Amino acid sequence: MLGRTAVTRGSLSVADEVGLYLELYRRMVLIRQFEDLVNALFLQGQVHGTTHLYSGQEAVAVGVTSVLDPADRVAGTYRGHGHALALGLDPQRLLDELLGRETGICAGRAGSMNVVDLEHGLMGCFGIVGGSIAAATGAGLALRGTGNVAVAFFGDGATNQGYFFECLNFAKVMNLPVVYVCENNGYGEYTPFTAVTAGSIIARPLAMEIPSQTLDGNDLWVVRAAARQAVETARRGDGPSFIEALTYRFVGHSRSDPGKYRPEGERPARGWSPPAGRGASRPRVGGREHCRGRAHGAGSGSSKGTGRAVP
Amino acid sequence: MAEIEFRRAIRDALDEELARDESVIFFGEDVAKAGGVFAVTPGLWEKYPDRVLDTPISELALAGAAFGSAVCGKRPVFEIMFGDFLPLTMDSLVNQSAKYWYISNEQASIPLVVRSAIGAGGRFGAIHSQTPISWFLGVPGLKIVCPATPADAKGLLKSAIRDPNPVLFLEHKRLYGLKGEVNGDLTPIGKGAVVREGDDITVVGAMKSVHDALAAAGKLVEHSVEAEVIDLRTLRPMDIDLVLESVAKTSRLVVVEEGPRTGGWAAEVVARVSEAALDQLDDIWRITTADAPIPYSPTLEDAFLPAPDVIVESILAHRRK
Repeated sequence: MLGRTAVTRGSLSVADEVGLYLELYRRMVLIRQFEDLVNALFLQGQVHGTTHLYSGQEAVAVGVTSVLDPADRVAGTYRGHGHALALGLDPQRLLDELLGRETGICAGRAGSMNVVDLEHGLMGCFGIVGGSIAAATGAGLALRGTGNVAVAFFGDGATNQGYFFECLNFAKVMNLPVVYVCENNGYGEYTPFTAVTAGSIIARPLAMEIPSQTLDGNDLWVVRAAARQAVETARRGDGPSFIEALTYRFVGHSRSDPGKYRPEGERPARGWSPPAGRGASRPRVGGREHCRGRAHGAGSGSSKGTGRAVP
Repeated sequence: MAEIEFRRAIRDALDEELARDESVIFFGEDVAKAGGVFAVTPGLWEKYPDRVLDTPISELALAGAAFGSAVCGKRPVFEIMFGDFLPLTMDSLVNQSAKYWYISNEQASIPLVVRSAIGAGGRFGAIHSQTPISWFLGVPGLKIVCPATPADAKGLLKSAIRDPNPVLFLEHKRLYGLKGEVNGDLTPIGKGAVVREGDDITVVGAMKSVHDALAAAGKLVEHSVEAEVIDLRTLRPMDIDLVLESVAKTSRLVVVEEGPRTGGWAAEVVARVSEAALDQLDDIWRITTADAPIPYSPTLEDAFLPAPDVIVESILAHRRK
């Protein structure tokens, strides 16, 4: 499956490069449209409890997972629909899970926050902040010496949890093949992360001598390049790496949060919107022109599967 | 058959399971090169250097690493040095490991074992002496195993490692030096044992309190009381059928728990037997520790615990009622 194989952009033919670009772009648009649909169903009372949408952060999940192999393992967060779809989970089965149906990927037992799909490498999405860090660290322990890696996605808020400090140290001293991906969307639930976080996030893994970088999490190719480097480090047996991907969520924290605490005008400047590519690193291939200007509604993959969802 | 110490039985179980199954890994603080602070695991690291690992003092990371590695096919055993430190593992054990089989719609189970030294009488004070059972008793998806003899320590640990579910394996500190015969059989999880037969009263215990109950039963003979003593061996799941069989004969039940009175496992035994056999009961009660922190002073600590004399006095007092 393209996008789940560790191909290197630039090493491909132009046709393959276009194909890769389109596949990754489709996944990003699929996630956005899926989340729009979930939101609509939520407002209709079809999705139960609470749900946390990934809208705006798509480039992080799609960029990182695009360099993984099928035997690698990924742990996501309760904002995890994007992680699941990026790994190739069937959107209809994911949506059915959110609706609490037996046809859901976990037969309706997991719901929005705790989706598991081992077939696609998703160890789980974790409803308690920081839980994904533990899961991937343990996976790293199991994957030592195999050439496979574990990836943890987590938010900026998780960097103040015990899991973060304990597990990063554990992985470093045990030299485990883990890539820690912090999706810094600026807010821990309703509170700006700067108000509750001492110092910078990146200083923390650096203090443990874990290779780390902060980057533009809305730029697919920047994310992908950094992820490839981190994954290759882990595959070689050279231990964990850390990526802080700066991004933004276009929606509130959860169903009960309209996001009123965010200043006017903040939203358009941060976070990813179709069409992809906001800066100098956008791909110089035909795919870019093909996609440009096809904002919401673009991408043949975006409607696949989800059209049957509304009951 | 040679007698071996309780701690040696645990070590032998680990050794045999590490040899038997390549997916078994064992880790914790000071367990590898140092052989464990209670000298339970010497020599294992030398035999299995890639699978017996010293870790940082990071209980939450240990529990998380066990969970994540179990998802990926390992059978991790990890040691939490004192049971009092188990609260540091709670999120991973309770919310990740215990739920995973259900939440994932049975895509994978979590075959991990947490070994932990528990219990009072060692002069360790209020936060190195507790019995943490009630903190975990109400967690569906978790098993709680509590051996009282070297044979069951070995047999239950081997069963726990082979079990597909997360298992909390508790080792009472005052049993580590206890010697007994060990034949190497597996002890099934969820099955208690009648360790002394009698017709007059059923005394249920676990771990150290089994031995206290047996000592009490010996003294009660002088008072013409023949006590039946049951070792529950596993507290979740709990072998209530065995207790009910005994109570059908004796009509009297006392449960001896080294642990706080409120919300303890003894309360659970009393509740289940009362629900199932109220019409067969002439008397039913608990002997527990007080709802108070464990004292540090040796004199006070000894007075705090349900020793054999306390059990004898309580049973005689109930007979006089």
